[in-house]
Amino acid sequence: MKVIKIDKKDWTAGLEKLRGSYALIGPVKEKFYHTFKTLEPGREPDMAYANSRITPKYVIYPQSEVILKCSLDENDSDYKIFKEPDKEYQSKVVLGIRPCDADSFSVVRRNFDTEDYKDPYWLRAYETTTFVGLACDSPCPTCFCTSAGSGPYNDANMDVLLVDNGDHYLAKVLTEKGESLVSAAGWNDNAGDDAADRIEKKKTEAESRIQSRVNTENLAGQSLLDLYEADTIWEKEAFACINCGTCTYVCPTCWCFDVQDEVHGKEGYRIRNWDSCMYPLFTLHAAGHNPRGTKLDRLRQRFMHKLKYYVDKYESGIQCTGCGRCIRMCPVNIDIRRICNMMNSYDPESCTCEVTAS
Amino acid sequence: MENPYIPYPVRIDEIKTETEDKSLKTFKFVFLNPEDEEKFAYRAGQFAELSIPGLGEIPIGIASSPTEKGFVKFTVFKTGKVTSYLHSMKEGDIMGIRGPLGNWYPWETLEGKNVVIIGGGFAFTTLRSSIIYMLDPDNRKKFKDIHVIYGARSPGMLLYKEELENWAARDDLNMHITVDSTNDPEWPHHTGFVPTISEQEAPSGTDDTYAIVCGPPVMIKFTQPVLDKLGYSEDRIIMSLENRMKCGIGMCGRCNIGKEFVCKDGPVFTLQQLNHTPKEY
Repeated sequence: MKVIKIDKKDWTAGLEKLRGSYALIGPVKEKFYHTFKTLEPGREPDMAYANSRITPKYVIYPQSEVILKCSLDENDSDYKIFKEPDKEYQSKVVLGIRPCDADSFSVVRRNFDTEDYKDPYWLRAYETTTFVGLACDSPCPTCFCTSAGSGPYNDANMDVLLVDNGDHYLAKVLTEKGESLVSAAGWNDNAGDDAADRIEKKKTEAESRIQSRVNTENLAGQSLLDLYEADTIWEKEAFACINCGTCTYVCPTCWCFDVQDEVHGKEGYRIRNWDSCMYPLFTLHAAGHNPRGTKLDRLRQRFMHKLKYYVDKYESGIQCTGCGRCIRMCPVNIDIRRICNMMNSYDPESCTCEVTAS
Repeated sequence: MENPYIPYPVRIDEIKTETEDKSLKTFKFVFLNPEDEEKFAYRAGQFAELSIPGLGEIPIGIASSPTEKGFVKFTVFKTGKVTSYLHSMKEGDIMGIRGPLGNWYPWETLEGKNVVIIGGGFAFTTLRSSIIYMLDPDNRKKFKDIHVIYGARSPGMLLYKEELENWAARDDLNMHITVDSTNDPEWPHHTGFVPTISEQEAPSGTDDTYAIVCGPPVMIKFTQPVLDKLGYSEDRIIMSLENRMKCGIGMCGRCNIGKEFVCKDGPVFTLQQLNHTPKEY
């Protein structure tokens, strides 16, 4: 790993050079909110943003994606035989992604890249993407990354981490992909011998600004069935939930999907779409039975998945990187920090758990 | 990278209506590319996604046995969008099969043991696969006593009627066929619900005896206490679950019971395993 200095006056020129070999994606303000967009020539990422409303997960995992295609023309020799659609995976770079969002791809990868099956669409998109992250110096009040396995200067799953240092960025070049990118951009200024120390100091300051946290140390040790049956938690939390699914759509680590077939003229398409465990149709059997038929079942599924099933299955912490979007966006103030702390401290003997202000 | 979403193309070779109400049909499929049949090597108890372009996919247990070569069979109940369309398809039509998916009945564990198969209604498909597999001349000697208890609402609702009669005539298989009720005074088999017949006919539970139970929830609910009474321990009661599925490979997130996916970690679980998961099935 090396640290280089990127003078902000060299930033635009570097981005323009990158356009030759990469599609550029970065945060831009659309009406009121920031969102990640492909940057057309002349458009730059807004590096002064806090975070986007919708996560950049769509770059690797589009909200709707054709996964198979077939001819429905009886005269074709491959009539009704599904094939992969022609799709080019152009090299792209995600600029200015925040550490929580970058780290979310390591979480989601555990679902799509397994010993038994590999999702070719997710993996091809992931492998052709370079992540140039941006460390956070001004976290939101809902950020709790430091206790969710990430942090404002966390460089997990990044190829380059940029640290804003006034008139320049200090850039940690972390991988070969990162090396190729900075060299393609022509960024190579010496950052000075004490660059690593300066980053470390800024990191400590940034971490001290994260004011909220979750307690997770007991989650693995709790009994799965005790937590599942902890009605003191689920009844209270589900009371207000309207199953709108916003939390799942804004979450960088929610990966569930639906598959639907569509016919356009003489072509059949199999399409994968983001889905949500908040919806009754997610689990409804054709014969009418629904194993998660109540909103309590569905709310419980979301939090048990993130904070217990995932924890037990992968032994790599919680399925959450602490971005806080679900807290900011929930219309009824359901707060994953509160639920996590209740699950962490739940005692089935007394049916109590610690309810902390959040 | 192998794409796990691409189905093997197949042709419908034969369609047989199984039940008097015509709600169940057995589809015999032949692979368009012979090498795909080898890739589709399966064990009794597994399932596959039947794929109809333009409609979608449905997860269905494999009714043929790995010992039957040259085709695969699935018995499908007409209930939703894809199954209704499938019931209107004709012999010769092209569609797809994706799999085999999921785990299978624990055949290695069952070797050298008594096996009791208890089935009800149309959940008998992977049980047919299992019976054909065990009765194969190369396999029969691997198992001790085999009992099969199978029930349906009426004689006309039983699946695989010819095969049932053939099995009933054999002396290396104890076949107990039952119906809830019938007007036929000549009905040669049992009358009564599956749990009742199980109580009368199933052997007692021993360390060497395993029960495979597949059927509608109400049958399972009342069969379980019978097996308890007969002395079956919860690790010797084997069940196969169904949940709504899409991907079939443990990725789309809907069929889980706790941290297990019915599609990938199941569909076969022991009662002991199920007692440690949320009952979301």
